[in-house]
Amino acid sequence: MTTDEGYMTADGRKIGGVLMEMKNITLRFGGVKAITDISFDIREGEIRAIIGPNGAGKSSMLNVISGFYVPQEGEVWFRGKKRAPMKPYEVARQGIARTFQNIALFEGMSVLDNIMTGRLTLMQAGLASQALWWGAAQREETAHREKVEKIIDFLEIQHIRKTPVGRLPYGLKKRVELARALAAEPKLLLLDEPMAGMNVEEKEDMCRFILDVNDEFGTTIALIEHDMGVVMDLSDRVVVMDYGKKIGDGPPEEVRANPEVIRAYLGVEHA
Amino acid sequence: MPDQLLYAIEVSLNGLMAGIMYSLVALGFVLIFKASGIFNYAQGVLALFAALTLVGLQQGQIPFSHVINAIFGTDLHSFGWTLPSVVAIALTALVMVGMAWLIERLVLKHLVNQEPIILFMATIGLAYFLEGLGDVMWGADIKKLDVGLPQGINETIDAVTFNAFGYGFFIDNLDIIAAFVAAALVLSLTLFSQYTKYGRALRAVADDHQAALSVGISLRFIWVLVWSIAGFVALVAGIMWGSKSGVQFSLSLIALKALPVLMLGGFTSIPGAIVGGLIIGMGEKLFEFFAGPLIGGATENWFAYVLALLFLVFRPQGLFGEKIIERV
Amino acid sequence: MLYREAGDFKTSYVKDSQTFPIKADRMAYFALLAVAFGVVPFLINDYWANAVFVPFLIYAIAAIGLNILTGYCGQVSLGTGGFMAVGAYAVYKLMTTFPDVPILIHVLLAGGVTAIVGVLFGLPSLRIKGFYLAVATLAAQFFLVWLFNKVPWFYNYSASGQITAPERTMFGIAVTGASTPAWAKYLFCLVILVALAWLARNLTRGMIGRKWMAIRDMDIAAEIIGVNPLTTKLSAFAVSSFFIGVSGALFFAVYLGAAEVGEAFGINKSFLILFMVIIGGLGSMFGSFAGAAFLVLLPVLLKNVLVGGLGWPTDLAAHIELMIVGGLIIVFLILEPHGLAQLWRVAKEKLRLWPFPH
Repeated sequence: MTTDEGYMTADGRKIGGVLMEMKNITLRFGGVKAITDISFDIREGEIRAIIGPNGAGKSSMLNVISGFYVPQEGEVWFRGKKRAPMKPYEVARQGIARTFQNIALFEGMSVLDNIMTGRLTLMQAGLASQALWWGAAQREETAHREKVEKIIDFLEIQHIRKTPVGRLPYGLKKRVELARALAAEPKLLLLDEPMAGMNVEEKEDMCRFILDVNDEFGTTIALIEHDMGVVMDLSDRVVVMDYGKKIGDGPPEEVRANPEVIRAYLGVEHA
Repeated sequence: MPDQLLYAIEVSLNGLMAGIMYSLVALGFVLIFKASGIFNYAQGVLALFAALTLVGLQQGQIPFSHVINAIFGTDLHSFGWTLPSVVAIALTALVMVGMAWLIERLVLKHLVNQEPIILFMATIGLAYFLEGLGDVMWGADIKKLDVGLPQGINETIDAVTFNAFGYGFFIDNLDIIAAFVAAALVLSLTLFSQYTKYGRALRAVADDHQAALSVGISLRFIWVLVWSIAGFVALVAGIMWGSKSGVQFSLSLIALKALPVLMLGGFTSIPGAIVGGLIIGMGEKLFEFFAGPLIGGATENWFAYVLALLFLVFRPQGLFGEKIIERV
Repeated sequence: MLYREAGDFKTSYVKDSQTFPIKADRMAYFALLAVAFGVVPFLINDYWANAVFVPFLIYAIAAIGLNILTGYCGQVSLGTGGFMAVGAYAVYKLMTTFPDVPILIHVLLAGGVTAIVGVLFGLPSLRIKGFYLAVATLAAQFFLVWLFNKVPWFYNYSASGQITAPERTMFGIAVTGASTPAWAKYLFCLVILVALAWLARNLTRGMIGRKWMAIRDMDIAAEIIGVNPLTTKLSAFAVSSFFIGVSGALFFAVYLGAAEVGEAFGINKSFLILFMVIIGGLGSMFGSFAGAAFLVLLPVLLKNVLVGGLGWPTDLAAHIELMIVGGLIIVFLILEPHGLAQLWRVAKEKLRLWPFPH
């Protein structure tokens, strides 16, 4: 089934080689272990879900991937290279973008400016050139604006382009945050509970966007989600965490049948 | 003992005493910060305002006499009585409570849930307003404040040290009293916050506004209460500073020194305010003593700030603050 | 009906991101420039130059500078007075050491020197945030003022400890020194202000401006999407200090002519500029101008009414000014945290729809 060269999904998409590999990650806060000895990989073109009950360490895992937390033990491999400990902004420049569980948009800026910040790792004009607004800086700004407008079209948020983010309702904010992450043209997109707090309709929209992103841009996606239905529908493979440990890993239908997972989600029957 | 060492000891003792004065102002900051998360820049001006009011009441000045004279062409200055110190202090304390109530009504109530930095800037505005108000009410001339505290060299210490080392230490009586007053203040504040109903409510509010509200604590009452206490602390600081160097505008600048004291001690710790004050007081006196003559003197103007800045770079939470863990 | 955007179509992204997207605004802007350059210089006299126009132009530069740091990048500074002093003393040393170099170059170099000093004092901003940083910048304020007071090299060992600007010319006309005509002071400052404001506008609408605002709005998220917090904050400190340094240089060389550091660049100067930015509007170019104009005009107005009109003593008027300024700061923070700029925006919004209510 799974080989080094990848595998075929049930719906016939070709999944490539390993893009990111976490090896024996352990993360502690003081004496508390948030993550204990977890290993898994994310393959190119895949939609990979991380699930688990509250406090299982899912968000901490995402924070390790995006460089916000540095694990005490273990290695992070990205695109075939071992990653040295680096600052979050350096991780971003390697092509890893993310959204946040509690939306982290820049409230004082317009939707357009927020999405433009997503492209800052791709822009190069110097301070002087920007100050004069001539030549390179202006051309660059325009070129990137065109790319951003494509994403705005893609996520159907044209009408709020110039609205300050602070005034938007929750569902739209989530979408703008996804747009900002997409604007970075990431190799790996991390989504932390992209559907939390949404109604059914908004969830359906978001699912469609995630599948489209994966399909059209071939972006690899790792996501955390609580809605099991969504996870089973969307993802190609699932990691299950509980109390900082990995208790399951595999395609959705396999994970769903795993007795350990069932125990973690439904509780243990006491004799 | 060599003379140089004796001087240095005397200088550090005096530094410690000056530090206690800084701590007195810093205490007010800590109280307000703990209870409301507001960094009250106006604390120093509150002390100035309290001292001005005290002198004015004591000497029977007519408030706003300058304005009245300017508008009506009258020549009013004084009611012609002088009040006993105790009465004047009690009245000033009442004025400070009234001030706390007004501040809550007119300013804080409207700024609930604003970002800390906005509140900070609002207190800068408040400082300007109170400074102007104090001057308009009582006049801007330098005033002498005398509530009967002993001043001048403490003869006993002078005599004892002279007999022991052959060199008498100069310690001001007022500084010694300030040390006792500060100790008494800290003790009574601790007792108040640990053992009374309102003290418990105050700590609850400090911990979590929302939760305190949900168990029926009146946030507004607590704010008035804590600003009143801070006003009282300001009055004490104003009396000490005013007796020492007269009541004038520079008093609010001296009070600015409380800021580096707090950065050192941490904004939420009462012992921190005291220890920070002592470190700053002693540090700047010793630095001036040793390095001052080499680099032109008057280093007290900046030493405290630069020390606090360097310190913060290495320990951003202050001496007694808790480590900050960032989350997303 | 006249003030509208309907029919004013944008056909390119360049046009869409211009400074004044509405046609009427563009016209007003060019009209204002025309008056400022073509009319005012011919009418101006010493009183108007010294009481209103020159201080307004100079403070506007400082306000733009502080607004970049505080309004756009979110780093509150109480060291503005100290940085203005750096600009003033830098331009003084440059003017007296290289008398033949054009004064404009000295002023810009003084800004550069201030930028370096600003970056130095901005370094702690990586570790210290919020009002901790604000208090830390007080270290810059007090240390710099002390330095210029105590080290005689900075004031060329003059007996009074003051610095005095010698006469320097541009195109043969004096712009510093006692015999400078009012219109020359005005024009010199105006040219520099317009040029710097244009640069600041370009910076704040481009990528660097977005990075500043990202740090301001949520620094952790900014770092995770790829903003390097150190270089971004330091660039804000550098640009901001450059503006403030130029403003300090002009304040001393063109406006005051002679200065004593504690008096001209004390802590009150820091607060004055901060108040301009708050009252004008944090994070708004227009606000920097509005705030500077407001706080330059207020004392002039009060003095004319209270002292000139009612015959009150000057010190009483000064104290009442303190109360009004302090009170206004509080009122603005409560009612309109975005300052005069927001009031202006709301007014324009209304005007755009007028005479229809929606």
